[in-house]
Amino acid sequence: MTSLLLQVENLTIGFPRAEPVRNLSFEVRAGETLAIVGESGSGKSLTALALMQLLPRAAAVISGRIIFDDRDLLGLDAREMRHLRGRDIAMIFQEPMTSLNPVMSIGRQIGEVLKAHEKLSGRAARERAIELLKLVRIPAAEKRVDDYPHQLSGGMRQRVMIAMAVACRPKLLIADEPTTALDVTIQAQVLDLLDTLRRELQMAVVLITHDLGVVAQWADRVVVMYAGRKVEQALPGELFNDPLHPYTRGLLSASPRLKHDFHYLEGPLTEISGSIVSAAGEVGCPFRPRCCQARASCGHQVPPLIAQTPDRLVACPFTSSLKAVPDAAHLSL
Amino acid sequence: MPVLIRIARTLRRTLLQAVPTILGIVVLNFFLLQLAPGDAADVLAGEAGSATQESVAALRARFGLDSPVLEQLATYLGNLAQFSLGFSPRYGMPVADLIAQRLPGTLTLMAVALLIAILLGIVLGSLMANFAGRIPDRVLSVFSLLFYSIPSFWIGLMLIVLFSIKLGWLPSGGAGTIGSQLKGLPALFDTARYMVLPATSLALFYVAIYARLTRAAMLEVKSQDFVRTAYAKGLTPFGVTARHILRNALIPITTMAGMHIGGMLGGAVVVETVYSWPGLGRLAFEAVMGRDFTVLLGILLLSSLLVIIANAAVDLVHAWLDPRIGAR
Repeated sequence: MTSLLLQVENLTIGFPRAEPVRNLSFEVRAGETLAIVGESGSGKSLTALALMQLLPRAAAVISGRIIFDDRDLLGLDAREMRHLRGRDIAMIFQEPMTSLNPVMSIGRQIGEVLKAHEKLSGRAARERAIELLKLVRIPAAEKRVDDYPHQLSGGMRQRVMIAMAVACRPKLLIADEPTTALDVTIQAQVLDLLDTLRRELQMAVVLITHDLGVVAQWADRVVVMYAGRKVEQALPGELFNDPLHPYTRGLLSASPRLKHDFHYLEGPLTEISGSIVSAAGEVGCPFRPRCCQARASCGHQVPPLIAQTPDRLVACPFTSSLKAVPDAAHLSL
Repeated sequence: MPVLIRIARTLRRTLLQAVPTILGIVVLNFFLLQLAPGDAADVLAGEAGSATQESVAALRARFGLDSPVLEQLATYLGNLAQFSLGFSPRYGMPVADLIAQRLPGTLTLMAVALLIAILLGIVLGSLMANFAGRIPDRVLSVFSLLFYSIPSFWIGLMLIVLFSIKLGWLPSGGAGTIGSQLKGLPALFDTARYMVLPATSLALFYVAIYARLTRAAMLEVKSQDFVRTAYAKGLTPFGVTARHILRNALIPITTMAGMHIGGMLGGAVVVETVYSWPGLGRLAFEAVMGRDFTVLLGILLLSSLLVIIANAAVDLVHAWLDPRIGAR
């Protein structure tokens, strides 16, 4: 049993008029890759920003605890949090095109982390930046170190972001849709790199994505989020072979590339009708307005998470009966 | 070094563009001034009070004012080609010497005013951006609006009333204590004392502009993704502001500052008159009143040179601030 690195307990994040993340709990074990999946608006990115304590000004953590390495991050002051950021917890963002400062050379941007946390001199930081660029497989690192972001391609910039993130050997790396903005061949390279670095540096990765293909290939465990809540948690194999929550089933039947013998020409890709907006103001199960198995009792209260095994949670009380009903076949693959 | 290559490229382009620009300015201004009624001889004759037709004609002939316009232009351009700015009928001395006397005063006044404006503007703008929407921002906004709308001659007069007459702290005009034998550092302090009021009156309008510009630019940069990246690295708020936000926000400010150098020469006319500061602005004003077109052309030529140099300097600063510019 590997030790717990991060424990999020009952996290609720609120804006003045809405609570985009509600009662979210999950944990990350040292060295594993946890994937958080969900559509846009499900609260994934906000959760990531909350872990870094970098929420937008209007948002705030309303309740819950974020225990990292036996310390509650929500109880730290700004200075203590600054020491953790970039050193123990690092983050890479979705848009490599805009996430780097356009007027600063990449070497200096990487060196900045080292100067902030390891008190390296300018020369030593530059040397380390070159090493890091080599680590993320950037060719001719000695020359590239003085380049500016506009001289690099999108994939290269994301590598620079990764180099910056792993500069101080963090224990936890949060990757918020790291490959969404990249084309598919580059995506695989970047994710492979992340996975290699995870093993080499023994860090845990929280991989936020809406791409189920990415989950299948790179995740150790998966959390499915819908409208700010965890609706299902599973190992990837279980999730793809035996999805329990109607939302997960919908997601899977809406994605074409999960089974190799399945091609979109051979069978229909079903959509999940409606939109995530319908969850706003819903009293009971947030997925109820879009769920074709919804029953009257779903509107009474938010369904609690039911543990099937310690690693298998689902927030729907009707999963066993759903499987028994052959009518639900169009939802399964 | 890629930086040096960028800078060299910018300089060469600027030089190639400067020559036709200056020629165009001289020719255009020459014709524009010909449109004004009267000439130097008229004014001189009028001031003398007892001029006859013959004596005015003699004056014109002496200064070449009676030859055809195109011939006058050719003569002027010929002089220019020999690096001579011509001779002033009114002052009775070479224009180059006249300008050389006045130029240092104006240049220091402008440089000090611009420096005050940029520094103060950036500091106030950063404060406003930092407290956007809250009390300090509101208060500073009101002040910047005030300074933006009050004409500089009025500010000048009010500063004189307050600091020279009521408080008696600073001199009300001139460029130095008359007849003082100060040398070295004390002389510098003496000049600085005389410089404070005119430089401030000239600068306040621009302080307001730069403060508002800095505020807007910083707020815009602040919401960019790379600022979030910088915070995610664990940098201090000051480090993020100084190294990431401000540096990016400076680009529009330098652009504006470059454009304002020309405008400041115009503002200097008013301020120099209010504070009887011996500079180019006042010389230009006197040249207009005396229809002393050679002097005026010389000043215009010099100011256009100054603007071109300022623009080149801004280009250089840009190439240094923003690596993407040199790459184009």
